[in-house]
Amino acid sequence: MSNPYVPNTDGDRRAMLERIGVASVDALFDDIPAHCRNPGLTLPPALSEMELARELAQMAARNRSIAETPCFLGAGAYRHFIPSVVDYVIRQGAFATAYTPYQPEISQGTLQSIFEFQSLVCELTGMDVANAGMYDGASALAEACLMAVRITGRERLALLSTVNPSYQRVVRTYAEGHALPVDVMTPDGPALSEKHACLVVQQPNFFGYLEDVEELERRAHAAGALYIVVPEPMSLGMFRPPGEYGADIVVAEGQALGVPLSFGGPYVGLFATRREHIRQMPGRLVGQTKDVDGRTGYVLTLQTREQHIRRERATSNICTNEQLCALAATVYLCALGKQGLRRVAELCYHKAHYAAERIAAVPGYSLPLTGTFFQEFVVRCPRPPREVNAALLERGIIGGLDVSEQIDGGMLLCVTEMNGREEVDHLVDALREIGA
Amino acid sequence: MSDGERRDMGSKLSFGRGRPGRTAVTLPDCDVPLAEMPSPSLLRDDLPLPEMSQPEIVRYFTNLACLNYSVDTGFYPLGSCSMKYNPKLHEDLARLSGFAQVHPLQPIETVQGALALMHELQGFLAEITGMHAVSLAPAAGAHGELTSILTVRAYLEHRGESRHKVLVPDSAHGTNLATVSTAGFQCLPIASDARGNTDLAALAEALDEDVAALMLTLPNTLGLFDQNIVQIAQMVHETGAQLYCDGANLNALLGQVKIGDLGFDVVQMNLHKTFSTPHGGGGPGAGPVAVKAHLAPFLPSPFVGQAANGAYVFEEPEHSIGKVGAFHGNFGIMVRAYAYIRSLGAPGLREVSENAVLNANYLLACLREAYDLPYERRCLHEVVFSGSRQRAKGVHTSDVAKRLIDYGFHPPTVYFPLIVDEALMIEPTETESKETLDAFCEAMLVIAREAEEEPELLRSAPHDAPLRRLDEAAAARHPVLRWQREDQA
Repeated sequence: MSNPYVPNTDGDRRAMLERIGVASVDALFDDIPAHCRNPGLTLPPALSEMELARELAQMAARNRSIAETPCFLGAGAYRHFIPSVVDYVIRQGAFATAYTPYQPEISQGTLQSIFEFQSLVCELTGMDVANAGMYDGASALAEACLMAVRITGRERLALLSTVNPSYQRVVRTYAEGHALPVDVMTPDGPALSEKHACLVVQQPNFFGYLEDVEELERRAHAAGALYIVVPEPMSLGMFRPPGEYGADIVVAEGQALGVPLSFGGPYVGLFATRREHIRQMPGRLVGQTKDVDGRTGYVLTLQTREQHIRRERATSNICTNEQLCALAATVYLCALGKQGLRRVAELCYHKAHYAAERIAAVPGYSLPLTGTFFQEFVVRCPRPPREVNAALLERGIIGGLDVSEQIDGGMLLCVTEMNGREEVDHLVDALREIGA
Repeated sequence: MSDGERRDMGSKLSFGRGRPGRTAVTLPDCDVPLAEMPSPSLLRDDLPLPEMSQPEIVRYFTNLACLNYSVDTGFYPLGSCSMKYNPKLHEDLARLSGFAQVHPLQPIETVQGALALMHELQGFLAEITGMHAVSLAPAAGAHGELTSILTVRAYLEHRGESRHKVLVPDSAHGTNLATVSTAGFQCLPIASDARGNTDLAALAEALDEDVAALMLTLPNTLGLFDQNIVQIAQMVHETGAQLYCDGANLNALLGQVKIGDLGFDVVQMNLHKTFSTPHGGGGPGAGPVAVKAHLAPFLPSPFVGQAANGAYVFEEPEHSIGKVGAFHGNFGIMVRAYAYIRSLGAPGLREVSENAVLNANYLLACLREAYDLPYERRCLHEVVFSGSRQRAKGVHTSDVAKRLIDYGFHPPTVYFPLIVDEALMIEPTETESKETLDAFCEAMLVIAREAEEEPELLRSAPHDAPLRRLDEAAAARHPVLRWQREDQA
């Protein structure tokens, strides 16, 4: 045997075959057409646990970990400190190796955690109800747009041009199946009509700056469209939540809340809405109830919206809630708590402003955008951002995202609580050298 | 915490634990001069989050975990879910700094290890399925289904064909039907025949120029290999439609047959099933899609390719359907699946399918006297029984399921597939020992006797679980979906 996860011995297999009444395991596969049987797989030879650990450590070492490299990238994925309790909890086998909690009597750990998650997302966003989680922020937005179409019966989508371009692409992919036109509009004057199901606004926007969310709310609702807001969850540690300025649906990338960057996934999408839209929500929901002895417990509920009951008339085909990531966010929010989250948000704010001010003072660099920003901002570089980034990398720094296609000479920088003053100063010095 | 206290945990949530002023984390002082704060009109007044100390948090969640049944604690024969053992090394590997602490938008030359892993994994999955190209972008099985159907749509439209229907057998997962609608197609069910195969006459009748694809689960949700597959592939292709395989049950076929060799054009895989990444209580998983060459130009972005100098690069397929997620897919899950394939190699993967199928047939043989077998055939990785004999005694399949909890087992999937009355769908997987299977069978046989002699024992089960039966109807009638602060209640 070469598989350490299979307990059957040759003796076991003989006894089982005898009970089944066949001569060989091979006979169990008789239904497979003979001409396709036993194709043989060309794969690398099996590795022992020791060899595998070594080989993957070598592979991992070929990546530049930002644990060791100053990094100023954000743009939808953020480096924040993750307290050890988060991973301690999500690694527990009883959470990690359970299935979707379809048997509530023996799944209260997962169910109660989801109820906590839904509650915390509601508090953070200021909304009435939140689901158990979506794949990520981008696909959650696409689902929100489809939900707006179901609610309004209208068949055009409107997105501000300042929404993360990657999110815009995901919305287009989902919209394609239903032939929904997607209109991209500038924040100054979105030309909404009675054909639009929704207006999508990112807050802070892709470039890090706050939109005039109240004015945009008025315009969306004046046109009878739903107002979909995509906040950055860490910003909600200090800034007003979308529930306070009229959002109908709030979706967000939950990664910043205790989920490692992990090269882009797995993450978890947050999805919240107003009470009147509960039955049009996609995804899983957990509700509180009692058992026959009167004890408080939790169950999956309103499942008639979901694929396994409603089938082709379901609100979505989604069949996961990225539970371990949602659990990470739950533990993270509990661990930071009321004071901690605000504190982290403020650290990001102050450090980003320190960086922006210092970079803007370097000859050749400027801040092309004005207004209030949180932890991200755009710097106009004296040389193409691509070249600046290459030169930064030579100096051991991972710079910002090249957004020169949208903003002339623009580089989108992100500074969080993880970037110490020395790192920022080092960045400023390097930019000065590179710009000279 | 005593068992009794643990049973009462539901009444006290994080918000009700802790005290004002407590925190579980210390944070550094601000090491830069403070900036001017934004206008107060932009800031929130209150941030109503829990206030707990670190020990309180650890105890709260650890005690919650104790209320869960899991693969690490016992046998989890949930049909169609492949609840197999999850190797612990893989958890360490996914957390290596060079994997976990890498930003998705880092310069390509700083992530060559990650891209190499993705590139190799694309190759492994193509080899295992007998397909030509693989996209790792989808975040879950159902996401892979949607990606596949959108890819088929783009392919057909590129050929100038506008087709509106997708055929789905009546034994399909609910996700298949929902996927078809989410992708903007009309769903047409196809009946199964008396042997549990796709009914060829029904298929012939449904197939026309308006059909874009047939979505077939193989082995199907009865745990059976469709004996008509060669003919089905021929019929589907003759009308210009695509043959899609829901690969959720690929565990049964590893090394036995390649999906592509059977004539399928596209297949989605569930890394959290076949390739043993933890289910996590509901994700995260990953749902890569493998396709034949003609569909490759339509796959989602990004695809990992290799430049002439050997460097790995992200590529956008020529007629790509676009992006299905913000970044490159669930990389952390890919690391675990990659490790699984590397640790087993081809012979080890074949032992997976052999033992999964052996174990399922052993259960079939041991239980067929006590429970009705709707299709008189040997099964592959899972066996579906009917509880119709027990129902005649006033005991439902859900009662059998709940009673299993008292004997220390997770119930099988119940009432699915829909075409089997009172269905009990049992998938043991290859990682269970004969002793465990024997103990499970013993419990199932005792329960069958109890159904005859003491049916009330089943109807009121479970008796020995953290909670007893919960009122799901009340939960749906008056939904309480979040904690309410006292000032809001």
